[in-house]
Amino acid sequence: MDQREFANRRIQHMEMCDITKQFPGVLANNQVCIDVRAGEVLALLGENGAGKSTLMKILYGLYRPDAGEIRINDQTVPLHSPNDAIAQGIGMVHQHFMLVPTLTVVENIVLGLPSSKGIFLDLDVAAKRITELSQKYGLQVDPWAYVWQLSVGEQQRVEILKVLYRGADLLILDEPTAVLTPQEVDELIPTLEEMTRMGHSIIFITHKLREVMAISNKVTVLRNGQVIDTLATADTNQEALARMMVGRELLKEYDKAQVTLGETVLEVKSLCAKDDKGLPALKKVTFEVRAGEILGVAGVSGNGQRELADVIAGLQQATSGQVIIAGKDVTNKLPAYVIDAGMGYIPEDRLHTGTIPSFSISENVILKDNARPPIARGPFLDFEEIARYSKRLVQEFAVKTPTLETQVGNLSGGNIQKLILAREISREPAFLLAAQPTRGLDVGAMEYVHQRLLEQRAAGKGILLVSEELDEIFKLADRIAVIYEGQIMDILSIDQADREHLGLLMAGVTQAAD
Amino acid sequence: MIDQLLQTHIIIGVLATGVRLSTPFLLAALGEMFTQRSGVFNLGVEGIMLMGAFSGFWVTLVTGTPMLGILAAIIVGALMGLLMAFVSVTMQAKQGISGIGLYMLGWGLAGFLFRITVGYVTSVEGFRPIAIPILSDIPILGTVLFNHNWMVYFSLLLVPISWVVLFKTTWGLKVRAVGVTPEAADTLGVSVRGIRYACVVIGSIMAGLAGAFLTLGHTNMYGDNLTAGRGFIAVALVYFGRWNPWGILAGSLFFSIVDALQLWVQVLGLDIPYEFAVMAPYVLTVVALAAVSGRIWEPAALGKPFDREA
Repeated sequence: MDQREFANRRIQHMEMCDITKQFPGVLANNQVCIDVRAGEVLALLGENGAGKSTLMKILYGLYRPDAGEIRINDQTVPLHSPNDAIAQGIGMVHQHFMLVPTLTVVENIVLGLPSSKGIFLDLDVAAKRITELSQKYGLQVDPWAYVWQLSVGEQQRVEILKVLYRGADLLILDEPTAVLTPQEVDELIPTLEEMTRMGHSIIFITHKLREVMAISNKVTVLRNGQVIDTLATADTNQEALARMMVGRELLKEYDKAQVTLGETVLEVKSLCAKDDKGLPALKKVTFEVRAGEILGVAGVSGNGQRELADVIAGLQQATSGQVIIAGKDVTNKLPAYVIDAGMGYIPEDRLHTGTIPSFSISENVILKDNARPPIARGPFLDFEEIARYSKRLVQEFAVKTPTLETQVGNLSGGNIQKLILAREISREPAFLLAAQPTRGLDVGAMEYVHQRLLEQRAAGKGILLVSEELDEIFKLADRIAVIYEGQIMDILSIDQADREHLGLLMAGVTQAAD
Repeated sequence: MIDQLLQTHIIIGVLATGVRLSTPFLLAALGEMFTQRSGVFNLGVEGIMLMGAFSGFWVTLVTGTPMLGILAAIIVGALMGLLMAFVSVTMQAKQGISGIGLYMLGWGLAGFLFRITVGYVTSVEGFRPIAIPILSDIPILGTVLFNHNWMVYFSLLLVPISWVVLFKTTWGLKVRAVGVTPEAADTLGVSVRGIRYACVVIGSIMAGLAGAFLTLGHTNMYGDNLTAGRGFIAVALVYFGRWNPWGILAGSLFFSIVDALQLWVQVLGLDIPYEFAVMAPYVLTVVALAAVSGRIWEPAALGKPFDREA
């Protein structure tokens, strides 16, 4: 049965040959070749901007390549639109889910497909087929549930089902694990194995080396739009892949300076707050951060991290509880008061909360100090001083920019983050809140941010690090607080914590008494 | 006894007038519902209604055939819809502004064309009421519901039809998806532009018909600014009715009955300054919108142009 299904797959061999795609100012893909066969998982590894997504958008018919061709079973196929790709048996699971939250699972899956009842929907028939597919591939989901009711993991299952329902033989998975808990990643792996056993081929986009090793048969490394190498996963290792991906050696482990803990710089006591729907988002959150330590807040996205950061920064009201920064009660005070109390803030949305994208670098650098000397002289801005100050920060923090007058919105994510770090750190805060400080950054920029945070720790600052990346927390934190549905499940010191235990806590499971 | 008879008579009169006056609201609001469900905000309904009212009237005046007037209103509505779709879908203009532009265009153009083609107050032979056999003999209900011209029945029938189209057909599913998450629809090969063009044009045709109803099924005359803000009330009714045909029916009847009431207040010469009566539907619009706002779900992509590359 499986054998026959395997042989019946329409895509036995897919090749992209010499694909070149030029965007204004960027050569996104330069003569890129990849290939994948039925039953194989090809990992496409590369940093942000390496050209992975462009290549996959070409394969899915969303972009047209400037040169090169796509061959399926040795035949050249034209792919001018997603419809062409779907018709050839190519399906894509996008990194940002392409689901309509107000529709049910079955409605999302049949969207755009012809119905067996002509112009009328045949949701019953479709739901039955969805249930069959769910069972076959181990993708449990209720076809009649609304998508907004589903967890992130379930939504991803819907995305995969949507692709399978359309009869896809080749699946493109764009960073599918970015939004999952470690446990959900573990659940995804058998599903992928099941798919390859039935003859599907899978292209798995990622920048996480651990997953490449765990999931793929073959790996193609991209850097700056070019293929660096393609090799069998069994013949390589994480270090070699990292070197290829970044183009230089990476630090394996960070040196953490020995620091004696100082005074408490942040105290959060029984803090409660609501989310923007008015539902409880923080439930009696209590912890403290002392000078010279990094407290990591681990958790899956959407468990109250954003509200926690906003309440501490004074951007959102607490309904009860207290926030004390460097001995000052800042609960429900204005952001300016919180800043003056000694807080530096690296916000999650670096482009819109962290900067004003249409302002220049100089203007962004002085946002918090524009009303005080030496930046201001009376009511006037001292432009010479501003130029001097921003020039110094840009150099010190290696921000790559053509001029100081460049709009911040035109910088890359890594450079925007460096600029925010420059502004916040140079103000010498006693306490630094870093929310998702490396999200979406490439490995090089990530390393830079990490080093800077560790420097601050060594300099005796207290840091609260909110991150969804467990790797990051393990590398930087001294203690780990796990947040789940607005509650702190536990606070562990780094040498007590292991990945599996944290994963369970992040999913709301407290250790059973066994 | 006579008092009582008079009261019953008035109540029946108000209700029957209310049902008839709900037609332009229903047509325009159901059309705008499709437009907004697809993610386009067309504020130009009023302008399209004025053009529909004028073209229906003028063609009927010239040809003597009101059905040709209806055809003219459909064509004019479709053309104005294409213009709106081109500006807001293809050119991705700010929809609030382009809608106001369309309103000004329709208002000015209809008045201008009326002045150069007719220019004086005159009337046409519009649609006559069709009493539905048997049903129209039912006491009270017969008069209220079953003794109207065909456009009234047609607009009421459009309520269940719109509901089926929106919630039970593959096309309706595409409309609902495009108005909330156009990116998702796009990746599944649904033409976001195609759906939005279709919905804007359908909405505009229905606005044109709503206008033609006013000249061919209600006043039988054309005058400057004949629609008197009904197009804007229709846009408000879409919010009030939560983008659902049944909600829009309820809202339309509510407003038209208030409208009928103010007419009767004027006719009966009650001791209320008539300005207050005339004001009532508009005041009610504001109050009703304030009451339902905040708790409102709306199509998430409403008013946002779609661009794959962005």
